[in-house]
Amino acid sequence: MIALTVFVLAIFLGFELIAKVPPTLHTPLMSGANAISGVTLVGALSCAYFASWPMLANILGALAVATATVNVVGGFMVTDRMLGMFAGKKKGGK
Amino acid sequence: MVETIASIAYLVAIVLFIIGIKRLGKVRTARSGNGLACLAMLIAILATFALAAKQGVMDWEWIVGGLVAGGVIGLVAAIRVPMTSMPEMVALFNGSGGAASLLVALAVLWPALSPQPVVPAGEQAAPQQWETWEAPKRLYEVHLGNLRASGTAVVPAGGGAVVAPAPESGTDPRVVIATLFLSIIIGGITLTGSFIAYAKLAGKITGDAVTFPGQHALNLILILGMLGLAGYMAYVATDPAMGMTHTLIVMGISLLLGVLLVLPIGGADMPVVISLLNSYSGIAAAMTGFVLGENVLIVSGAMVGAAGLILTNIMCKAMNRSLVSVLLGGFGQTAGTGGNKDDAREYSNVKSIGAEEMGMMLDGISSLIVVPGYGLAVAQAQHAVRELGDLLEAADCTVRYAIHPVAGRMPGHMNVLLAEANIPYEQLVEMDEINSDFKQTDMVIVVGANDVVNPASLDEPDNPLYGMPILNVHEARTVVVIKRSLSPGYAGVRNKLFEADNAMMLFGDAKAVIQDTINEYKENLS
Repeated sequence: MIALTVFVLAIFLGFELIAKVPPTLHTPLMSGANAISGVTLVGALSCAYFASWPMLANILGALAVATATVNVVGGFMVTDRMLGMFAGKKKGGK
Repeated sequence: MVETIASIAYLVAIVLFIIGIKRLGKVRTARSGNGLACLAMLIAILATFALAAKQGVMDWEWIVGGLVAGGVIGLVAAIRVPMTSMPEMVALFNGSGGAASLLVALAVLWPALSPQPVVPAGEQAAPQQWETWEAPKRLYEVHLGNLRASGTAVVPAGGGAVVAPAPESGTDPRVVIATLFLSIIIGGITLTGSFIAYAKLAGKITGDAVTFPGQHALNLILILGMLGLAGYMAYVATDPAMGMTHTLIVMGISLLLGVLLVLPIGGADMPVVISLLNSYSGIAAAMTGFVLGENVLIVSGAMVGAAGLILTNIMCKAMNRSLVSVLLGGFGQTAGTGGNKDDAREYSNVKSIGAEEMGMMLDGISSLIVVPGYGLAVAQAQHAVRELGDLLEAADCTVRYAIHPVAGRMPGHMNVLLAEANIPYEQLVEMDEINSDFKQTDMVIVVGANDVVNPASLDEPDNPLYGMPILNVHEARTVVVIKRSLSPGYAGVRNKLFEADNAMMLFGDAKAVIQDTINEYKENLS
């Protein structure tokens, strides 16, 4: 029940924080959010070291680690790449 | 001790995620926000590793293998992806996020559902429940409840350590199992749904809405069946041998549903779908958090879910579509698919001009608005457009760019593309701000945009586009549409603008045509 409360509160917090985002940031926000949803990696890591588990569970865990890492690494890097273009341009424009 | 430090580290990560997301919402702070979120992720991962190391032996090869493989793929993708392909990349990333949640849930469920004892010999050996898995409750007791109920791990024989944090004590095991199934279901739908969205965006399959009779009924049956089975597993089932099959059936249905739910959604609605799948991937992460009782996952997943919903809502408004009508799909079913391709041939009163004429027309105008669309990005014409804009500005002409909220193929896509071409931020104007200015504008150049400038959406109630807010370019004195042909846009609807008296078509590849125009214009000046 506490977990559910945390979940609902976090959704409201999310709405409050992101309610007014300029269109320029829609794409970076989405790819950044994407990277953050890669937080599943934390869960995946917990699974990948259930060493006593059957091989198949380990493989599933390792696959989960890999897919989540794609999100984390790729998401943060591509977001930074995009936001870097905005930053550079702002200086150039003024 | 380590547990306390890890808990504090998780809390710090949560706070940093929240600040990071907040800063991502403002242009000036966005980059540091991204950095903070990245730092938060690092802290959470390190804390998890610390917990794991404390618990003893772990299978490093699996983890390192997964981290390296995923890291390399993500790195290469992030560096190499062209900005035009951002929607495809985000779609794929959504999918991999869904896949991760699905896989984690499966990995947790799998040992519990294996018919044979998983833990062989040893002092604390296999709880006998493995053989008589009477109720799903066992799953919780054996695999989640015991694991770290009081912060100490059960170390099964074989040397493995089990450090999955226990859900808060007192949680009904049936709820845990239900959550596991929700994780599988949402993850599965996100995985295949994103893949179909990617295939549509990349043109690997038709962008048209794919519909067939009984589609909604089929989807409804599948959804109810899937939820029913998951509920049965969580609350009624007693036979562990059946568990595996049922889990796989639930997973199979969720994967199938992802395909079936996105197929009927037309290409024009893709920005909505990507936003929604983004939201799903966050909620899937939160579900995984429920399973493992981990607040970092719950909070950050929920915020990603909220962000995705907000963007979904913005996109729906920009297209004057309700979320329900997007999800039910079949956009432009009446005029959208087969029929309108004949329409394209029926255009009359279309005036076509060449670059030479265009160059002359540009001479002496005092205001220009460029309406960029996805076609501009495909032709890589951003830089040519910018050069033309610079030239005209030098001749005292105000140059602005009108950005429709759904220009490009994902929210904010066009802003990113123009930023890449170094077009100054101040020249990009949103639809609501610029729409009243078209009347006083000498010339509008539409580059590779189509549906977002179709006046049919204003006065043709039976047109599929009717009601969608558009850029009122038809009110300008002259409109030049740069386009390859008269073919319909993503929505598959013919464009009334092309026949308007003040509109002219300039056919050809956007980049080449604009380059020619620049040359002609320069020649006129000299």
